[in-house]
Amino acid sequence: MSHWIIAPIVIPAMVAALIVLFLRNRQGLTRAVSLAGAVAVLAVSVALATAAAGGPPEMYALGNWPAPFGIVLVLDRLSALMVLLTSVLGVIGLLYALSGWDDRGPHFHALWQFQLMGVNGAFLTGDLFNLFVFFEILLIASYGLILHGAGRARLKAGLHYVMINLVGSALFLIGVGLIYGITGTLNMADLILKVPLATGSDAALLKTGAMVLLVVFGLKAALVPIHLWLPAAYANAPAPVAALFAIMTKVGVYAIIRVYTMIFGGGAGESAWLAGAWLLPAALATLVIGAMGVLAARTLGRLAAFALLASTGTLMTAVSLFTPTALEAALYYMVHSTLAAAALFLVSDLIARNRGSHGDLVTVAPRFRQAEMLSALFLTAAIGLAGMPPLSGFIGKLLILDSARASGAAVWIWAAILITSLILIVGFARAGSRLFWKSAAQEGFINAPAIPRRAFAAAAAVLPLAGMAALAAAAGPVAGYMAAATDQVFDSSAYVAAVLGGR
Amino acid sequence: MELLLASAIALLTASGIYLILRARTFPVVLGLTLLSHAINLFLVSMGRLAVNRPPILSDDAAGYTDPLPQALVLTAIVIAFGMTALVVVLALRTYLETGSDHVDGDPPGNKP
Repeated sequence: MSHWIIAPIVIPAMVAALIVLFLRNRQGLTRAVSLAGAVAVLAVSVALATAAAGGPPEMYALGNWPAPFGIVLVLDRLSALMVLLTSVLGVIGLLYALSGWDDRGPHFHALWQFQLMGVNGAFLTGDLFNLFVFFEILLIASYGLILHGAGRARLKAGLHYVMINLVGSALFLIGVGLIYGITGTLNMADLILKVPLATGSDAALLKTGAMVLLVVFGLKAALVPIHLWLPAAYANAPAPVAALFAIMTKVGVYAIIRVYTMIFGGGAGESAWLAGAWLLPAALATLVIGAMGVLAARTLGRLAAFALLASTGTLMTAVSLFTPTALEAALYYMVHSTLAAAALFLVSDLIARNRGSHGDLVTVAPRFRQAEMLSALFLTAAIGLAGMPPLSGFIGKLLILDSARASGAAVWIWAAILITSLILIVGFARAGSRLFWKSAAQEGFINAPAIPRRAFAAAAAVLPLAGMAALAAAAGPVAGYMAAATDQVFDSSAYVAAVLGGR
Repeated sequence: MELLLASAIALLTASGIYLILRARTFPVVLGLTLLSHAINLFLVSMGRLAVNRPPILSDDAAGYTDPLPQALVLTAIVIAFGMTALVVVLALRTYLETGSDHVDGDPPGNKP
């Protein structure tokens, strides 16, 4: 049993406590410790992903209590991938935050570390109630981060975000309670064994519990019709926080993959394949509404938020097919869409800060500092999110379209993805031409205050773009890893064996 | 006993949902609190109702009550308590910042 599995949770927790208790009012030292912590987690998660790639799932029993009585963490290829993605975003966002965002209110770095702890925990846990607890940890840290620096618009959006998530937590407990009432266990591996045994009225109650959970996960993933909280919350959040939150919608997607493929999947008897019929229409609607939002957005923040919504829709379309090839494509696209959305949030913020009083409004304004470099970055991020070659979004969408060919709803999926791609291109082109081309002809120059530690900010915005290029260049090996991860999700016997031993 | 508990859960949930749909922050906070109470009762009942039964192994016990939901409820209570404190502070802060306790932060002259 490798103790490294718990490191992505323990390191941020310790760093956050250290920052809160001993490093108050020492901003320089706080930044160094926080960045060192994030880099350490990144190193550990690279090692974990390497270990997971080569072997079967590994279990870590907290407090050495045997499963299913104690709570376990499970490292398989899917959770290792998600932890790695979180750690990458954690470092990128932190680098960007050094350019002044972390000075706008107290405790930014401590909240950031708690956020990483919560997200990593949600990906690693092998227990449904523990998933709830980590959801609460990541949410309570996100409440602090989304309100960081305060201001009217942010408070208003933050209040909605907090309240809708509190209702979501209540629903989560109802779903978990129903599932526990029928099966008597909340350990995921044990649930894989117990769910098929429920029949008749027991199965009906169990399905009810599972569908209540689907609403909660859909809320986190911002699926239509429960997506309304996302645009305002993400558009008003501080840019590095919005970039990190690109992974937060993926927590919902991850939970849907975990619960509705492994537990309520093919081997679940009467409760088999619960979610697909409900998820596919919701995912397509999310995609369409996200694309229309990009076309209609008047600020860069909302543009990025709706682009994230559209990419979540594409991702969920692939997930809701519940076939191995589609899931493989979905995992590839998930990595891409997280990086692309993070890049767009960061580039938008750089543009907004250089445009002074014009901020992130998509309007024609005089030229501003570094417009050439920023226009190139905006173009690259837009290419990524619209899914055009040569970046990884193109390959991801191609894989998804290819995997949807066998589905009965293939016509709808192809139409939705191809048409929304066009809408996205138009939306980004419209915003880009207003911001850069038409503005280039204007008189005057906006002399906005220089961004402190500009090199860090620019590096943080370039890193996810470089990540997309690398993802496209290494598409073969990456897709191979995704296929191996998909195998572990669809054939859960190795997962059960790792957690429950020979039983 | 079953009827009493079931109707208590139903009443708390119904009042909670009604209050959550109000337009002012204070009723919404109260509604969230009531809803979390309803869910705590619901979680207890998911371990089946048993009176005067021990939760741990003992030689002369006729039956047992399930200790796990009680542990879950304890966790849920702690989390709900923390969340309520946070949302109260947030609602107050929004009120002070916007001058209105409307959930959309409208100024007082702008009657919803």
